[in-house]
Amino acid sequence: MKITLKIWRQESAQDKGGFVTYKMDDVSTEMTFPEMLDSLNEDLIKRNEVPFAFDSDCREGICGMCGLYINGRPNGPQEGVTTCQLNMSMFKDGDTITIEPWRAKAFPVIKDLVVDRTALDKLIQAGGFISAKTGAAPEANAIPVSKEESDIAFDAGVCIGCGTCVASCKNASAMLFISAKVSQFAVLPQGRVEAKERVQTMVAQMDALGFGNCTNTGACEAECPKEIKLSNIARMNREFYKAKIS
Amino acid sequence: MQQPGKLDAKIPGGPLKDKWTKHKASLRLVSPANKKKLDIIVVGAGAAGGSAAASLAELGYNVKVFVFQDSPRRAHSIASQGGINASKNYKNDSDSDYRLFHDMLKGGDFRAREANVYRAAEISNNIIDQYVASGVPFARDYSGYLDNRSFGGVQVSRTFYAQGQTGQQCTLAAYQALSRQIKAGKVTMFSRRDVLELVLIDGKARGVIARNLLTGEIERHSAHAVVFATGGFGTVYYLSTLAINSNGSAALAAYKKGAFMANPSMAQIHPTCLPVLNDYQSKLTLMSESLRNDGRIWVSSKKGDKRNPLDIPENERDYYLERRYPAFGNLVPRDVASRAAKERCDAGYGAGETGLSVYLDFKDAIKDQGEEVIGNKYGTLFDLYRKITGINPYKEPMKIYPASHYTMGGLWVDYNLMTTIPGLYALGEANFSDHGANRLGASSLMQCSGDGYFILPVTIGDYLADEIKTPQIPTDGPEFEEAEKAVEGKLSKLMSVNGSQTVSSFHKKLGQILWTHSGMKRNEKGLKQALQEVAELQEEFWKDVKVPGKLEHLNHELEKAARVADFFDLAKLIITDALDRNESCGAHFREEYQTEDGEAQRDDDRYAYVSAWEFTDENKGPMLHKEKLVFETVTPTKRSYK
Ligand SMILES: Cc1cc2nc3c(=O)[nH]c(=O)nc-3n(C[C@H](O)[C@H](O)[C@H](O)COP(=O)(O)OP(=O)(O)OC[C@H]3O[C@@H](n4cnc5c(N)ncnc54)[C@H](O)[C@@H]3O)c2cc1C
Ligand code: FES
Repeated sequence: MKITLKIWRQESAQDKGGFVTYKMDDVSTEMTFPEMLDSLNEDLIKRNEVPFAFDSDCREGICGMCGLYINGRPNGPQEGVTTCQLNMSMFKDGDTITIEPWRAKAFPVIKDLVVDRTALDKLIQAGGFISAKTGAAPEANAIPVSKEESDIAFDAGVCIGCGTCVASCKNASAMLFISAKVSQFAVLPQGRVEAKERVQTMVAQMDALGFGNCTNTGACEAECPKEIKLSNIARMNREFYKAKIS
Repeated sequence: MQQPGKLDAKIPGGPLKDKWTKHKASLRLVSPANKKKLDIIVVGAGAAGGSAAASLAELGYNVKVFVFQDSPRRAHSIASQGGINASKNYKNDSDSDYRLFHDMLKGGDFRAREANVYRAAEISNNIIDQYVASGVPFARDYSGYLDNRSFGGVQVSRTFYAQGQTGQQCTLAAYQALSRQIKAGKVTMFSRRDVLELVLIDGKARGVIARNLLTGEIERHSAHAVVFATGGFGTVYYLSTLAINSNGSAALAAYKKGAFMANPSMAQIHPTCLPVLNDYQSKLTLMSESLRNDGRIWVSSKKGDKRNPLDIPENERDYYLERRYPAFGNLVPRDVASRAAKERCDAGYGAGETGLSVYLDFKDAIKDQGEEVIGNKYGTLFDLYRKITGINPYKEPMKIYPASHYTMGGLWVDYNLMTTIPGLYALGEANFSDHGANRLGASSLMQCSGDGYFILPVTIGDYLADEIKTPQIPTDGPEFEEAEKAVEGKLSKLMSVNGSQTVSSFHKKLGQILWTHSGMKRNEKGLKQALQEVAELQEEFWKDVKVPGKLEHLNHELEKAARVADFFDLAKLIITDALDRNESCGAHFREEYQTEDGEAQRDDDRYAYVSAWEFTDENKGPMLHKEKLVFETVTPTKRSYK
């Protein structure tokens, strides 16, 4: 099929940037989105043009490295997928596809479609861990955890740190991201010991890094490729107030 | 060229089960006050590097961590799916350290060291304890206790899992422990760096040269010891289950500086991956081996059968693994399952349009256990499959085919995980240590985590005990100067070729050569031809590759070019090693050496050794050193799963 692409190109963080239009005549519906971008880049190289930069690594929806704003939606029109899992069969002949990097104050553009997401690492560094030093762990079955709670922890723990939640939020808030980590550890007995400090330091860090506040629009849940639930934010809020009054 | 040269694996004496304990007690220690003065570079932050870096920092060392992704959380360990083994024997099914050890040694077709494999089994339980304490939500049963499942190549249930995302959960636990040390100031993180060269001073590993991928700047970093936990290089085949940027460049740099490369031809082709569907494909996603617990593998018993699988009646289906291997059935080890799939497809019975796939069917499991139970076990994997192919595995069988997945081979290390370069250690998939000629499922996360959490932090002290008087290593000496120049020279050369073919087109061609001649089946003639073809392609690459963009800027094409340039050398090593080994063992199947019923024919008299290759110079071939494998406890037997 024939596709027109409007791709955001920006030399560097300082550069203003703008859209460049490319036409592709031979896009297969069997391609994934990054495979389609690869093929355009291959053409650009052959035509002596400089390819555009975009991030990807695992190409199976688990590393969180990809992530593009496609036709005004993070990761495009398909539900529950990362950009690398988006199929070109979601588009039809003659479509124009607009591709932009994540837009958020906390994620400055590095080049073209590549952004700096180290702020997410800094959130985890603030408290997104259980301080279990190597060697100090008790026998694993000494701490029974109900299947129900373990499953909640797992469902929260599947976050891939791609930044979709931030990019989809009009306030560029990282609430869903931190709440997933806070929730995962809040429901596990191993995580309770540090629960109070964890929620406080992570929330404080989120504010310090320039992420916005949560106004409950729910866009993050709707767009999250791993379908992380808003109920995590509710649980985190409870944890936060509990920490305040205790 | 061949040389009987001696390699000292430093395997401790005494009974197998006491070796590690005794060895630990004999290693020298570094006091807490001295640890603070010592720097360690760790390249890689997967299950191996992440756990090592965090544990070393907890001990008090100053750690510098390098990864090429934007975050240490993205190491490809994140993609591992099915589980992690331990000998807890929670199922009361007669598991033990010894049984886990024996399964791994046998699974690896007796081409690994007894002592290493036993140690891996011995510390496996500590790893589960560590991960659970760190908050890994492994699957549990309704009692609240941990659940296990079985995995290929074994008859007990010892695999701990978190749906199809075990690797993600374990990697994140290591990443979070690492994050805690970054916050504590004990780890300095260098993301988006390609480590391109190793720096030796007086023969010891003292630093690395890295390219800052954002600015293009070439940086010098020094330390008292260097650890490579850079993962596998299965991407040498172009299409694989690895991340597209996974590579062998750090390992190759070490090799060219004198670290021996062990068993490079031992490359695992995983049986249950998505088949190649078209020319654009950049990735062959793995469908976890755990699926073989409940899924049954079959092809039509009619040649060239293009019917929809649902229209093929039961009596026209050939469950060829159950037929050929009644004892293990669909749970035979990977190498056996992959070859059997290739055999059926080569004989014309393959499924689908291309005839290069086989069915993996859950019909019977769903009938027996119900959709919900199956969904609980494999939900994420089924969704993944449906997202990619549009086919619903609850209703229709999956189509799968073998793909490049894992490198058993890697940098040669001794029992302390030190390479032949003093002060350079290799961990995880980057070393060759525990899997012999074939890796069993769920044993890599186990080995990587064991290396990182429990082995290296102990063994490295023995080396560093001699370094407590060495001040911080300056980076302005001639060794750093020279290493930096070499990197700059290579990158400028790549930029300056300015030919007409893209980097990816070369990578694809290289992958095709290896896949054809040095994949699931190999023979002397094909391997010799491949060696020739790779050499020619390499020459063409350096004359006609086109790398656009600038040196001093984010330039993905340049990153790729540097990796592919190294893949040529790795490919040659792989082929040379495959040619040397005139036997079939594990994943290395030489067609000349097979039994009448098509099974691998090992030759213990001549090939019970680890091949360790030494770099000589660019023009001469590598030199072979043989580390003889001594079996004190187990007598190697013919590996039969029938
Ligand atoms: C799809 C898939 C599923 C799997 N499932 C399982 C499973 O269920 N159970 C199991 O036990 N095993 C499984 N495996 C195997 C296992 O996941 C890997 O062998 C293991 O995770 C490797 O870990 P590692 O720490 O050695 O390397 P990796 O996790 O690959 O990490 C490599 C690190 O090195 C860095 N790096 C590499 N080169 C450079 C360089 N030149 N400069 C800077 N940084 C560099 C990378 O940034 C990364 O941080 C699976 C593998 C795949 C591909
Ligand atoms: S590339 Fe890893 S999630 Fe898309």
